[in-house]
Amino acid sequence: MTSSADITVDKVTLRYETAKTTVLALDGLSLSVKPNEFAVIVGPSGCGKSSLLYLIAGLEGITSGRISVGGKTVEAPGADRGMVFQSYTLFPWLTVAQNVEYGPKRRNVPEAARKELVEHYLSEVGLAEFRDHYPSQLSGGMKQRVAIARALANDPAVLLMDEPFGALDSQTRHTMQRLLLRVWDHSHKTVLFVTHDIDEAILLADRVFVMSGRPGQIRKVLNVDFARPRSSEIVLDPAFISMKREIMGLLKSDEGDDDH
Amino acid sequence: MARKSIFSAALVPYRAIHPGLAAGLGVLVWLLVIGLWMWLTYGGRVPEMFLPNPGKVLNTAGKLVADGTLFEHTLASAQVVLIGFVLSSVVAVPLGLYMGTYRAVQAALDPLVNFIRYLPVTSFVPLFILWIGIGLEQRVSVIIFGTFFQQLVMIADAARSVPRDLVNAAYTLGTTRNQTVRHIVFPASLPAVLDVLRVTVGWAWTYLVVAELVAAKSGLGYISLKAMRGFQVDIIFLAIAMIGLLGLCTDQLFRLLRRFAAPWAN
Repeated sequence: MTSSADITVDKVTLRYETAKTTVLALDGLSLSVKPNEFAVIVGPSGCGKSSLLYLIAGLEGITSGRISVGGKTVEAPGADRGMVFQSYTLFPWLTVAQNVEYGPKRRNVPEAARKELVEHYLSEVGLAEFRDHYPSQLSGGMKQRVAIARALANDPAVLLMDEPFGALDSQTRHTMQRLLLRVWDHSHKTVLFVTHDIDEAILLADRVFVMSGRPGQIRKVLNVDFARPRSSEIVLDPAFISMKREIMGLLKSDEGDDDH
Repeated sequence: MARKSIFSAALVPYRAIHPGLAAGLGVLVWLLVIGLWMWLTYGGRVPEMFLPNPGKVLNTAGKLVADGTLFEHTLASAQVVLIGFVLSSVVAVPLGLYMGTYRAVQAALDPLVNFIRYLPVTSFVPLFILWIGIGLEQRVSVIIFGTFFQQLVMIADAARSVPRDLVNAAYTLGTTRNQTVRHIVFPASLPAVLDVLRVTVGWAWTYLVVAELVAAKSGLGYISLKAMRGFQVDIIFLAIAMIGLLGLCTDQLFRLLRRFAAPWAN
C-alpha cells in the first residue's frame, strides 16, 4: 500500500533579504494536514503560499519555527516529500517511462518492481502509450500528468503540489482536476496543494486554508464536505457557491495591499 | 505561380524558404567569390605573385596530393589540434560543470579565468618555447591555452542555466547533493556543452597557425610560412583552404554527435 503522513507547520517565519530590503514572507504561520487528507492552500499572489511548499519540501530554509512530516523535522529535501511544480520539470533527456522510473531508481528499487510502477502510474494518468516519448514531444497537460505519475511512483509520504495546473489553458485544467481527483481516490495520499483558483481549491479539497497577503498567515480554514468521488458538477451546487463567495470575500479584503 | 511563391517567401522576415532556394543562394555566393577571383587573376588585374589564379592553385593541389606532401602536413596539423582540443575538453567539461553548479568553485576561478582568457595567445608562444621547448608539446600547449579558458567559461554558463526547479524536482525524488552534477547538471546541459565543443573546436583550428609559427617542421601552418618566404602564394591558399575544410568537418562531426548523444534536444 502507499504511505501517507501528516504535515505540521509550527509558527514558521520566513524572512529573506533582497538587494534593497528585507521581506517578511511568512509571519509565524501554523497549520497541520492530517494523514490521507487533501488540503488546499488558496491565497493572493505573492502571499508566500509557494514558499511554504518549498519550505516543507526542504528546498529552502526557514528563518524560525518548525516543520515536520510524519513526526520527522524537515531539514533538507528528501524522497518522502514528493512535489509537482508549476513549471515543467520533467527531465528532458529521459523518456516518459524513464522519468517515472527516476525516483525508484535513485532509491534502488529492483528493476522488475520499477517497471511495474512505471506501467501502473502511467496507465493511472492515461499515458501508457507515450512511455517512449521525450517530454519535448508532449503537451503541457501531458507533461504535468507525467510529473504527477513520477511523484506518485516514488511513493512519497506526502505530495506537495505548487499550482501544477497554473500554466494550462482552462479546458486542460478542468481535465487535469478530474484526473487528479480520480488518481487521489485510488491512493488517498496526503496532499498539500497550492492554488490561486478558488473553484479548483473547493473542488479538490477536504479542507481549504485561506491565506492573507504578505506577510502570509492563515486567515481561515474551511471544511469542504462534498461527498467523494466528486464530479465537476459540484461547482453549480449552492453550498459550493456560498463557500466560493466566502473565500472571495476573505481574499478581497487583502487586495488593497497587494503591490508593495 | 509556384515559382513565384518560392521567391516571394524570401522577402518575408523569418519565413522559411524552399530548401532548393537555400542551397542555390549558398552556391551563388561561392560562385560570386570565385568569379571575382577569376576576374582579378585571369584578367591580369593583380600580379600573380600576390594572387595566383584558381587553375594554378588546383594544379599545385594536384601535385602536393600526388607526392603525399599535403596529406603528411594535414595529418601533422590534425594531430596537434586533436590532442590539444581533447586534453583541453577533458578538463574543461567537468571543471566547467562544477564551476557553474557550485558558487564556491566559481568564486575561486572566475577572477583568474576571466583575466587569462583575454590574454593574447601569441604573447605566450615565447614563454611556451622557453618552458616546454619546441616539440609537439609546445604546439599542443598553444591550442590548449587558446581553447581551455574559453571552454571553461562557456560550459560554466551552460551549467548555470540549468533550470533551478529541475534540480529541485530531482531533490524531491531522492537525488542527493553529491549526485546533482552527475545525474542532473551534466545531462541537462549536455546539448549546450556539445555546442560549446563544436564552436571551440573551430577556434582550435584558428590557433593552429600560431602554434606552428615557430620551430615546427611539419603542418599546414608550417608549409604556408615556408611558402611565404618563396612567394608561393598558391601553397598558402591551399593550406588555408585545408584548415577551413578541416574546421568545417570537425564542426559537422559535432553536429552529428549532438544528434546522437542528445536526441531529445532536436
